[in-house]
Amino acid sequence: MSSLFSDYQIWTALWATVKLTLISAVGSLIVGTIVATLRLSPVGVLRFVGTSYVNIFRNTPLTLIILSCSFVLYIQLGISLADSADPKFADVNGFRLAAVGMTVYHATYVCEALRSGFNTIPIGQAEAARSIGLTFSQTMREIILPQAFRGAVVPLGNTLIALTKNTTVAVTISVYELSGVLKTVTERDPGLLNLAFMVVGAFFILLTLPMGVGLGWLGKRVAVKR
Amino acid sequence: MTDQAPPAGETNVASGEALVRMAGVNKHFGDLHVLRDIDLEVAKGEVVVVLGPSGSGKSTLCRTINRLETYESGTITIDGQPLPEEGAELAKLRADVGMVFQSFNLFAHKTILQNVTLGPIKARKIGKAEAEQRAMDLLKRVGVQEQAEKYPAQLSGGQQQRVAIARSLAMRPKVMLFDEPTSALDPEMINEVLDVMAGLAKDGMTMIVVTHEMGFARRAADRVVFMADGQILEQQAPEEFFANPRSDRAKDFLSKILTH
Ligand SMILES: Nc1ncnc2c1ncn2[C@@H]1O[C@H](COP(=O)(O)OP(=O)(O)OP(=O)(O)O)[C@@H](O)[C@H]1O
Ligand SMILES: [Mg+2]
Repeated sequence: MSSLFSDYQIWTALWATVKLTLISAVGSLIVGTIVATLRLSPVGVLRFVGTSYVNIFRNTPLTLIILSCSFVLYIQLGISLADSADPKFADVNGFRLAAVGMTVYHATYVCEALRSGFNTIPIGQAEAARSIGLTFSQTMREIILPQAFRGAVVPLGNTLIALTKNTTVAVTISVYELSGVLKTVTERDPGLLNLAFMVVGAFFILLTLPMGVGLGWLGKRVAVKR
Repeated sequence: MTDQAPPAGETNVASGEALVRMAGVNKHFGDLHVLRDIDLEVAKGEVVVVLGPSGSGKSTLCRTINRLETYESGTITIDGQPLPEEGAELAKLRADVGMVFQSFNLFAHKTILQNVTLGPIKARKIGKAEAEQRAMDLLKRVGVQEQAEKYPAQLSGGQQQRVAIARSLAMRPKVMLFDEPTSALDPEMINEVLDVMAGLAKDGMTMIVVTHEMGFARRAADRVVFMADGQILEQQAPEEFFANPRSDRAKDFLSKILTH
């Protein structure tokens, strides 16, 4: 047990998983909200952009998106997200590319969760907002999005849990998060594998279980009473 | 009701001149021709009650005036200005036109006070303190000041509708539209809302009111507009309309309404 923790930097890996989860969650919340707003826009072109985004990225496997962040964005197009003078360049760049891929992919689920939230809002809410002279963006910010988020806490929570577990895909571009531990143990010390799997599995349950409970509670608390 | 200056906003047109002017307005929903060549002028300070059978286009008429519905032909001007297309200009014009809905449509996630201050703060760029001060005055005016910190779902229907009226008044609108404001209310709450509306009418607010409350029409209206099948069939003073309806549709309508 102790050699697992000392030789394989489990705490570092756990921190990477947590960081990747948090950054991608915030990123996909922002991008997903923008895409959902596009899909409600009165301008047809913007709606088309929003719909296309969801159709393309939701239907592409996450592994493919993460791999293309590394192979297409970085290796082919030379887009790097870290300072090349940094001695940890490869790690930092890989982590950030993974965060971009995670964000792009999970934003589609945030968008769809918000759309289910929109469906809980009576049409009269937007009409009343427009009738007191609010613009489209004010109506979205003040009336529609706050109610949509409150109505979408549970599906958003499910997305967050899925996102947490999906961070394991980042190992494909050599990000050292929890599944990176498993990969390294497999290569160097297969005898530790059972233990490693149990520990990593337990960490994920420790991360996701409170999310489910907490967000279920929050969902009830902030629900809009009509 | 407290003594207060009339709540209506400043207008370009003088009292008695046309504040709302619809000319040759046509609208379809698909194949259904819901507004047919509507010509209607409402003078500043005038109270017009719109009557007509279900499906005759009364709601649509109201909703085209602040462009919640589009229309295909004709013109609508408010205070001398033609209705703009979508965008910031339209939002500005809508701020001048109050609208009260059958289903209240209070913002469910905001307190009563926030419901009333939102428009002034966001659309009129008034400071929060001043907006709250004015909101409290208006809530007092409609008799719900004690409920200011509650949420809409905690209020009765009659209270919610009075808050909705206060929310519109907070914008200092030039004209107010009411689309069946009492139809969703329990009978014992109808009068508290009609009393507020009658008070506004007395204070000189320009109002277009769709309602089935004949008592209100007699008491507060300057003119009754009768619609059927998307057309305006008659316009007369209320006493005249109720005593001597000219069209068969109006006679038929009144006989059905007045017998219950
Ligand atoms: N969004 C819509 N799409 C299609 N048809 C509609 C729509 N809104 C209204 N209509 C139709 O247009 C006609 C006029 O409707 P409107 O709501 O203006 O009538 P109304 O006079 O207000 O009736 P009521 O007294 O029942 O409220 C009706 O036949 C109605 O079914
Ligand atoms: Mg109607």
